[in-house]
Amino acid sequence: MNNSITSNIIRFIVLLLVQVIICNNINFLGYINPYVYVIFILLFPVNNNRLLFLILAFNLGLLVDMFLDSGGVHAGASICLAYARPLFLKYAFGTMYDHQNLKFGHTDIGALIMYVSGCVIFHHLIVYYLEIFNISQIILLLKKALFSSIFTVILCLLLILLFKTRK
Amino acid sequence: MQQIFNFVIRNKTLLLFLLLFGIALSLTIQSHSYHKSQFINSANSLTGGVYGTVNSIGQYFDLKEQNLILVEENVILREQLLNSSGRNQSIAIDSSFNDQRFEIISAEVYKNSYNSPNNYLTINRGKRDSIQQDFGVITSKGIIGIIDNTSNKFSTILSILSKKSRINAKLKSSNQNGSLTWNTTSPYFAQLEDVSKFSKVKIGDTIVTGGQSAIFPKGIGIGKIESFTTDSTGDTYTIEVRLFNNMTTLQHVYIIINNNSEELKTLENLNDE
Repeated sequence: MNNSITSNIIRFIVLLLVQVIICNNINFLGYINPYVYVIFILLFPVNNNRLLFLILAFNLGLLVDMFLDSGGVHAGASICLAYARPLFLKYAFGTMYDHQNLKFGHTDIGALIMYVSGCVIFHHLIVYYLEIFNISQIILLLKKALFSSIFTVILCLLLILLFKTRK
Repeated sequence: MQQIFNFVIRNKTLLLFLLLFGIALSLTIQSHSYHKSQFINSANSLTGGVYGTVNSIGQYFDLKEQNLILVEENVILREQLLNSSGRNQSIAIDSSFNDQRFEIISAEVYKNSYNSPNNYLTINRGKRDSIQQDFGVITSKGIIGIIDNTSNKFSTILSILSKKSRINAKLKSSNQNGSLTWNTTSPYFAQLEDVSKFSKVKIGDTIVTGGQSAIFPKGIGIGKIESFTTDSTGDTYTIEVRLFNNMTTLQHVYIIINNNSEELKTLENLNDE
């Protein structure tokens, strides 16, 4: 239990720093940046307190916003993802989630890919919708969301698999 | 009463979600409205400290490029100095008008962004260096933006690469005025709108600041005309401007302090009333 709290605190700080120091300066093809801080929201323990989870996700988003001067864009997207996460968990892992014994360390890779890509696309659509804030530019919005989602999904999967606890 | 409490306890997750999402949404809407400083901004000691540490490492990687920029600027200044020295001697200097109208403070860019609809830069000067909102920021080549938020040690700049920014500019050759905006597509181009159809616009002409506001002095470079189209109404030109500055690699900038700005502002306020 104690171990899980420490690892989540470390993950929060490290992901925030990686996001603002490295990932925001990639600017692949001019505008594509991955938002890897969503890993914190993806990997937060399932059985834990949901209120705490919402508050932590909001604070993480707000800190990213503070570094990027983007108003409340990332806070809004993070809180939506944190609230909607059970839907994605159920969709991707099915019975394992119903039995409340889901550990991200040993799930099969197909389900994990489904889960990560679903969550990331949902998160990025909200980020770019709030950032552009203009429905007439829907094509630009979808283009940006799609390309940076692909980038984020690949990077998130690599990072999750790299730092997986081996049993 | 009991039922209300029960309702709150039963739906506490949903209510917390709605509350936090409401806060995030209001911050977002605030950041999209013109001329309102952001509540959540990167001019504070936490973000400034982190960006400062990163910058102190990162600045070594482009020392060569920055040196070249400095030498280029020195060449221009030297030329101006040599060419003006003969002329100045004949003018009698009246000591009662000797106070400077503009002062310049140098600053270092800690954070730069150019890929969102509203871009901000963070620099390492703040209130204690007497930086205030609405000061203009330039480099040796051209304009960068306007100071937005300030804290004690840091400030944020609203870049010209922003949907919110509108800067008075003119064609250098014919003094026709227009306003500089950005259509969010490329960090190398900005748009000059509302240029009268009667002006002679030529590809390659220089665009400079117009000097109609207290923020920028007259005649600071902005860019060159790349192409131009007639507006949908047919009365004005919209000019595509290739910026002199490479907005993606900024390191050293200058902040312009206009000592007359207070006086100008009070005068303008008097006129409005």
